[in-house]
Order: sequence, then structure tokens, then C-alpha cells
Amino acid sequence: MNDVIQAPTIEYGTLAPLLVVFGAAIIGVLVEAFAPRYLRKSVHVPLTLLSLAGAFALVIVQVAVNSVPKSASAMGAVAVDGPSLFIWGVILVLSFVCVLLINDEGHFVASAAAVPGSSDEAEAEAAGNQHTEVYPLVLFAVGGMLLFPAANDLLTMFVALEVMSLPLYLLCGLARRRRLLSQEASMKYFLLGAFSSAFFLYGTAMLYGYAGTVSLGGISKAMSTGSLLDPLLLIGFAMTGVGLLFKIGAAPFQAWKPDVYQGAPTPITALMASGTLVAAVGALLRVFWVALGNLDWNWRPVIWGVAALTMIVGAILAITQTDIKRMLAYSSIAHAGFLLVGVMATFGSAEQNAQSLKAILFYLAVYGITTVGAFAVVTLVRDPGGEAGHLSRWAGLGKRSPVLAGVFAFFLLAFAGIPLTSGFFGKYAVFAAALNSGAQPGDQMGGWMAGLVVVGVIASAIAAFFYVRVIVLMFFSEPAADGPAIAVPSMGTVAVIAVSLLVTVGVGLYPESVLAVANDAASSLFIR
Amino acid sequence: MESPVEIVQHTAGGVIGASWLMIAFPLLGAFILLVFNRFTNRWGHLLGVAMSLASFVVAVLAFFELLGLGEEQRRQAVHLYEFIPGMVDMGLLIDPLSISFALLITGVGSLIHIYSIGYMAHDEHRRRFFSYLNLFVSAMLLLVLADNYVGLFIGWEGVGLASYLLIGFWQFKPSAATAAKKAFVVNRVGDFGLLVGMFIMWTTFGTLTFSQLGEEVGKGASNGTLTAIGLLLLLGACGKSAQLPLQSWLLDAMEGPTPVSALIHAATMVTAGVYLVVRSGAFFFPEGSAQALAVAIVGAATLLAGAIIGCAKDDIKKGLAGSTMSQIGYMMLGAGLGPAGYAFAIGHLITHGFFKADMFLGAGSVMHGMNDEVDMRKYGGLRKYMPLTFVTFIVGYLAIIGFPLLSGYFTKDGIIETAVHHQPVLGWLAVLGAGITGFYMSRMVFMTFFGQKRWAENAHPHESPAVMTLPLIILSIGSIFLGGYLILSNTLMDFLAPAVGAPEVRPEFHPFTTPGLATLALVAVGAAYAWMKYGKAEVPAVQPRGSFLTTFARRDLYGDAINESLFMRPGQWLTRLAVFFDNRGVDGVVNGLAAGIGGSSGRLRRLQTGFARTYALSILIGAALLTGALLLVGTI
Repeated sequence: MNDVIQAPTIEYGTLAPLLVVFGAAIIGVLVEAFAPRYLRKSVHVPLTLLSLAGAFALVIVQVAVNSVPKSASAMGAVAVDGPSLFIWGVILVLSFVCVLLINDEGHFVASAAAVPGSSDEAEAEAAGNQHTEVYPLVLFAVGGMLLFPAANDLLTMFVALEVMSLPLYLLCGLARRRRLLSQEASMKYFLLGAFSSAFFLYGTAMLYGYAGTVSLGGISKAMSTGSLLDPLLLIGFAMTGVGLLFKIGAAPFQAWKPDVYQGAPTPITALMASGTLVAAVGALLRVFWVALGNLDWNWRPVIWGVAALTMIVGAILAITQTDIKRMLAYSSIAHAGFLLVGVMATFGSAEQNAQSLKAILFYLAVYGITTVGAFAVVTLVRDPGGEAGHLSRWAGLGKRSPVLAGVFAFFLLAFAGIPLTSGFFGKYAVFAAALNSGAQPGDQMGGWMAGLVVVGVIASAIAAFFYVRVIVLMFFSEPAADGPAIAVPSMGTVAVIAVSLLVTVGVGLYPESVLAVANDAASSLFIR
Repeated sequence: MESPVEIVQHTAGGVIGASWLMIAFPLLGAFILLVFNRFTNRWGHLLGVAMSLASFVVAVLAFFELLGLGEEQRRQAVHLYEFIPGMVDMGLLIDPLSISFALLITGVGSLIHIYSIGYMAHDEHRRRFFSYLNLFVSAMLLLVLADNYVGLFIGWEGVGLASYLLIGFWQFKPSAATAAKKAFVVNRVGDFGLLVGMFIMWTTFGTLTFSQLGEEVGKGASNGTLTAIGLLLLLGACGKSAQLPLQSWLLDAMEGPTPVSALIHAATMVTAGVYLVVRSGAFFFPEGSAQALAVAIVGAATLLAGAIIGCAKDDIKKGLAGSTMSQIGYMMLGAGLGPAGYAFAIGHLITHGFFKADMFLGAGSVMHGMNDEVDMRKYGGLRKYMPLTFVTFIVGYLAIIGFPLLSGYFTKDGIIETAVHHQPVLGWLAVLGAGITGFYMSRMVFMTFFGQKRWAENAHPHESPAVMTLPLIILSIGSIFLGGYLILSNTLMDFLAPAVGAPEVRPEFHPFTTPGLATLALVAVGAAYAWMKYGKAEVPAVQPRGSFLTTFARRDLYGDAINESLFMRPGQWLTRLAVFFDNRGVDGVVNGLAAGIGGSSGRLRRLQTGFARTYALSILIGAALLTGALLLVGTI
């Protein structure tokens, strides 16, 4: 027995982007503790933005000097590989623009502890108080998002999941308007999130019982020698799967999404709909491909059902929604289904895996940025009581604010996947990868993959209906007499919308720009 | 015949490598002007001109770089990016043919931009006008520079859009709005042909890139396929170039501002059909094949139809529009003759770009001085009041009727001689057409600049400002010398040879051939007859009733009536029938389906109770299902 405890080796350079974000978050807490109230915001905003930009720069540097590690870092706990770095870059960009939205006045409650409608609330409001804790909370959440898809063992992944989720539970409850709805959303998200985390942890325990290790590579290795029909393995896999599928909002674990997206402050919704989704899909891919790649004979038929159900449920339920944020939430569910189609497309050679990985990474990047843009537009359409959520309030918006309505219409078309928008190429890439996978000789899913693509296309057609319905509503309906006012956007919000629009248009015309980067990231596949 | 040289991939940088800038500059201009709309009102027109000039400079530099290369190297494909993965890479083809067009588009285009500063000075939407003009230049350059049919098609649709927007620029006039719509609808027919042609190319040859198509066709293809593709491309060309039977939109398109008529509906866009045919030479091979013959016949028929229409129009712009149809007919005829005719067709296209733009802008200058009056019966004796406009217009006039030694003489004569040699019947029809041209163009000149004043009460004709007359002067200089330079020692033919191939026999210019002399004689007769009727005799200020033939020409050879009875009426019946079926049959199915989906949405929605406990239960059930499914699959 070796009784000397070895000091762990940490590759600080490789992990620098993570450390910068977490470090800034901790500094943010100190600012909250020591800086006077009136100074806090002016310290937090640059600190948050700079740390995110800095972390992004570090990611770029790491790719540019081509020092992508070939093995896992931090004693095998974190895998910084091509896909991780791509996902990090995407998450950092998305969170950067989301912080620009968060920075806008009027989204967050003055005093979260005050009872809604009470005199305390009115006083805090009158005093102009602000919860500047929002910024460090966002940084912690972003740090969790970065770690989640890069975690190389199930325990690190679980910790990352919690680091990501806990601040979000809090942030969801901080909406300034319709506070009861917001607090309800926060509570539901917390309860259901805890429930699903328990599943994940239980699954982790089962898998440990099967493999004797929690590292993803170790589990994969154990499978190559052990039985593939061991109930410990199958149940453990199902349980971790539930935890991950919950986070991306796949059916039947999607129920939280509409309620939470609707109740949360819109900038936070934007962060969840983009950043969290990207991180969760990344983690899902890593678990399914690295740890459970040998089990694909079992899980692909099951995920087939989940993907089909998710697409159909998301598309069909979105039709009868009357609230714009709920509609976007169901749209997000449908898109999670499309992403799962890409996750399925993994049969055969490493080349096939790289193709579907590239498709998914591309999809995540373009879908994330379009989503942020769409929610940014939502923040601008306001009634006296807050954002004008009900769709009937959006009638005739095109007549009163043609530019804003036009931009929103464009985002919706991108969601629907109309050619010459980035959304088209995202869907095209994922579906093409799926068909290609099914066409590989020996794939037991064979024709079923084509079937899934057909389901996906039908779901897209149904989805196009409710996207176009909003466009029709905006441009071909008479405006309501007391219709919502269009808030004068701040520079930050303008920048967010402009960047999202540029990316959505630019990638639609010139997909090669992002495809090439995604391809580079995907070609190295995940570290095993 | 000598075939075109192979297309080589451009490797080094240089101006050719950066030739996408030609497209990018005006596109950026249009973007800035449209996005920052009101804020650019004060300097928007200057930006528009600058962007067009910048494009011109790039085109000139690229032209000289191309000249510096050996003949084998003169077809440079510039790869830009992967457009549709696995199907089309976006790239540009810089070769003598495309660069000739680029020079014409940016050169004449810039002059017309400059002219428009003056012409549109009093229009409150001048900035919007320039943004559309820039958009047009950009799309037109994409059309001629793309190295594949998809890029060409995007440009094709882009110029269609710009044309639509500019014809309807004064959309408060119902006639302008209707004309724009008409142009749009008629062009759809042609575009459909082009698209189906592209579909057949893709399914047959598996590529849409010019270079690869050339190779694939060279390996052999069935005659039927080539004929089908050729005829479909011809349909597309007819739509864009206003050739029979899709000619009807061009006359109405004169509702647009005059610079638009000059740039889009005379000098550049309407010649896109000729470009398409010449660029697609591989499908119109061998000369004399059914599809090539069809091109020549369409050209000959249109050149006569346009000339006849031109004889009867009192609206100066419509007269010029008829003449444009007719001149493009000549180009089509030339393009239908194979490599022997290509150089003359393109040559006539270039010189026509100059003299027709010159005359359109001259007509605009006259209108500018006459309170936007277009009826030539209300003109007369203007030569003393607008001397510069008069002189430049006369130069354009002499060029178009083929007065010896001016531009049009050489290029038109080239087409006629080649046609008489290859297709005698069509050739002699072209000679007849030249005679009619002599008549109607002289009629226009006499009615406008000579004879008695027949002005409206409040007319105070005056010469236009320098910003308008300067482009006229430059264009008229081109109208004098360009033709001789291009044709006399086969300069253009040798330059184009790497791109379109060259005929076996190098043509030599002979001034005194039978068709040449016959043409000159007929033109002289036509001009003399016009002098007797419209120069010497008094022109009635109100249109006389005219004979059966005159009415025939005035009504555009009953083109609209034919379209109406053959297509519009049956089309309307068809739509009514379709609406009936749609309401009764299709809607029933669709609505049923939609109601089904909506109903299931409503029912599923009830699962979303809002209670966290229900959600947790659904997660539990889901987890159970997932586990069960996994275990089940494992045992199969």
C-alpha cells in the first residue's frame, strides 16, 4: 500500500477558460459582500463581460496554437477535446450576449424577499434597489454549463449539473413583473430538477456497481468484457439517461419547460434555452457515445422512440399555445427532438460519427444564437404590466413596428428551417447524417432511421404552421387599439438582436463558415 | 470549329482572385441605403455612384490582368465557398465573355448612375432609387460572373426583382404597378423554363458547374436531352430578353423612370438571354441543330415584330422599347448561328448597350425638358433648344440604323452577313428588318427634333444639366468608334475565342457585299419615306386613325390580346375550377387534418396541468417506460 497521498496534477492552461469564469464568479461574490451598493453594478457588468470574453479568447488561443489535449485533464476528471472546446466557445458567446440582455433595466425584481404586492416591495422598488447578485449567479451557472459537457466521469458531471442548475433555479424566481408566476416557475424547476438529479445520481450508483468506476472510459471498458444484459447496467443507464433527457427537455420529461420558460425573466429564459440546452446536449452525447457506445444496440431503439415523441409532442402542443414564451418553449422541445435525431445517427465508422457530431455542433451553434435573438425581441414588446406575452397582443405588430416584426419573422423562419436561413442548414445537416447512418450496411436501425427523418419532416411541417401563424398575425391582422408599446431598446439589446440576425442570415448564406469550424471540432471526436 | 479552351482553377490572388468585390461593392451600397434609409438621404446617391464606380474599377483591373495571361489561361474559375454541400460550390468564372459583360454593366451602369443624379434630383425617393440600381448592378454581375447555373439563377432572379421594383418605382401610378406585375408574371414563365432546364442538367449530368457540364456534354449525351435543355434555356432567355412569345412585358416596362429603361430594359438585363444562350453554347451544338435553329428563328421573328411595333408608337420610350426588342432579336439570331455568330452577337450587344442607352438617356433628357411629356406628337423642332441632346441622339440614331463606319454598322452587318451565309431565309428577313429600322428610327428623330413645334401650352424646353449631358457625350463617343474597333480586325472574336470558341473560317470585313449593299439601300429608302411622311409633311398633333396595318402595330401585334385569350382567360377558368375543387375537396382533407392535429393538441394540452406533482409523475412514468424498454430491447 502506498500511504503517501499523491497531489493531483491539474493542467491549469487547458482548464483556464473554466477557471476564469469560476474565478470571476467568486470575485463577484466578494464584490457583493464588500462593495457599496451604488458601485456594485458598475463593477459587475465589466467583470462579467470581461471574464466571458477572456474565457472565449482562451478557448480560441487553445484552438489556434493547436494545443487541444489528446487525453483527459485534471486526473481524468475533465475531457477538454475538440467538441468540448467548440461547445465552450458557443456557450461563452451565447452567455455573453445573454448578459447584455440581463444588463438591461427592468427585468429583475427590486427585492426578491418581499412578498409580491406588499408595501416592502413598493419601498424597495421606490428605492431603486437591484439584485446585483444576478451577475455572479449567472457566472456560476455558465461555469457549470462549461464543465457539464466536458466532465469525463459521472460524479464530476453530477457536480457540474448542480453547479449549473442551482443558480438557474434562483434566477428563475427573480422576474420583476408577474412575480407569482416567476416564483412558481422557480419552485417547479427546483423540485423537478432535484427529482431528475436524483435519477441521475441513482443511475451513477448503479453504473458504478456494474463497472466499479464512474469514469466514462472505464464504464466503456467494463462493457467490452462484462455482460451487456446485466440489469445493473441497463437500469443505471436508463436512470442517468432520464437525468440528461430531462435537462434537454425531451418527452416525456418536457413538462417543466413551458412553465419555467414562461415564468422566468426573459433574459434568463434566453440563457436557459440556449446555453443550458447546448451544455446538456454536449453532456448527453458524451455519456451516450463515450461510456455507452458499446450499448448502442440497446439504446438506439429507445432513443428513437424518445426522439420521435419529443418532436411530435413539441410541434403539436405548440399549436394551441397563446403565450409567445410558451410557444417558444414548445418549439425548443421540438428542436431538442431534432437534435436527438442527430444523436441517433451514430452507426458505423468514425467518419459517420464525425459527420453526425459535426451536424449536432452546427445545429447547437446556430439554434442557440437564433433563440437568444428571438427572446431579445420578446423583451421589447411591452404592455403596461410587463412584456406582452399573449399572442393576441402581437397582432398587427408589423404595421406599427415593421423592422422589429420583420426581424422576429426572420427568426421564426429560421426556426422553421426555411432555406437561406441558418436553421435550414442545421436541419439539413442533422437529417442528412441520420439518413446516411441508416444507409450504412449492417445498421439494425436501417429503414427506421429514414422513418425517423420522415417523422422529423412532418414535425417540421407542423411546426412551420405555428411559426407562420405568428408572422401572419403580426403582418396581416389589424393592430389592437391599445396594443403593446415597443420599448426603446438599449444599445445592448440592439447589439444582441443585430448579432443574432447577422449570424442567422450570414450562416444561411454561407454555412461553410461555421460548418468548417464544427467539422474541425468534430473530426477529433470525443476523447475516450 | 475551334472549341473553347478549358477552364483552369484560379490559384494566385490578384484582382481576379478578388473579383467578388465587383458584386460586393454595389450589394453593400444597396444594403447601406436600404437599412439606414432616411439617414442616408443626403448622400445616398453619391454612395450609389461610388459603389458602381468601384465595381467598374475592379472590372477594368481584372480585365487587364486577364489580358496579361496567355490564351490558354484566360478562363479563370475563382472558388469562393461551398454553397450547398455536395451539390454546388459558389464560384466565379472570369473569362473574356464574362469580363466583357462586367465592363459593359459597370461602365454603362456607372454612367447611368451619374445621369440619374440629375434626372431624379426632384424625386423625394431618390435614395431608394439608387439602392435599387445598386441592387440591380450587383445581381446582374452575379448573373454573368457565376461559374454555375445556380449562381446564374440567383442573379437572374435578383435582376428580375430589381426590374420589378424599378418598373413599379412610381407605384402610386396604377399603370406602373400593373406593368411591374406584368413583367413579373411573364418572367415567371421564362424562369420556369430555365429552372426545369437546370433540373434536367442535374439529373442527366449530375452537376451545374459550367466547366464540369462542358466536360460531361463532351463525353456524349443524347440529342433528345440536349434539345430539351436547349429549348428550355431558350424559353428562359425569351422571358428575360423579351423575345417572342414572351415579349409583351417590355413595352409596358417603360413605366419605370427613364434611366431604368436605359440600364435595365435596354443595355443590360434584357441582354441576359443572349448571354445565357452563348454561355450555354454546349447545349446548342452543333449549329443547325433543332434548338440552335429555334434560337435563330425566335431572333428573326422578334427583330421583325419589334421593328413593326416601333413604327407605330407615338410614345418615344415605347418606340425605343420596340427597337430594343428588335435589336435583341438580331443578337439572338446571331447567337443561334453558333460560334460564327457569337462574336457578332456579343459585339452588337455591347455597341447596342452604348447607343441604345445613349438614345434612352437622350429621350429622358427631352422628357426632362418637356415636363415629362412622352408623346412625340407633342414634340417637334427641339434641335435648337437642346443642341447637346440633339447631337448625341443623332449619333445614337445613325449607329442603330447602321450608318456606315458607326458602331452599329459593323456589328449589325456582321450578324446579317453571317446569317445570310448560314440561314439565307432568316438572313434576308434581317435585311428587311434593317430597312424598317431605318424608317421608324428616322420617324422618331424627325418627329422629335425637326418640323413644327407642337408643344403643350406650358412647355419650356431647355437643355439638361451637365451631370446628365456628360454621360450622353461619353456614350455617343462609344457609339461612334466601338463597333469599328471590335469588328474590323476581329479584335472581339479573337478575344472571345477562348470562352466561346471560334469559327473555322475567320470572317473578313468587306464593305460591298450583296446583303450589305441591300441593307444600306433599304435603310436609305426607309429613312427617305420617313422624311416624306414626318419631316416634310405636317405631323398631326392627334393620332390619326390609321390603316389596318398601323392598328396592328399599335396594338403590339395583338400580343396582349393573344395572351389574354390564350392564357389569361383559360387561366382564370382554371383557377376558378381549382378554387372550387380546393374548397370542396382539398380543403376538406386539409382542414380535417388540421382539425385533427389541433384537436389532439388541445387534448394533449390538458396533460400540462400546472401541478408539479403531475409533472413529477410523468417523469416517473417516463423513467419506468425507458427502463422497461431498455430491458426489453436487451432481451430481444
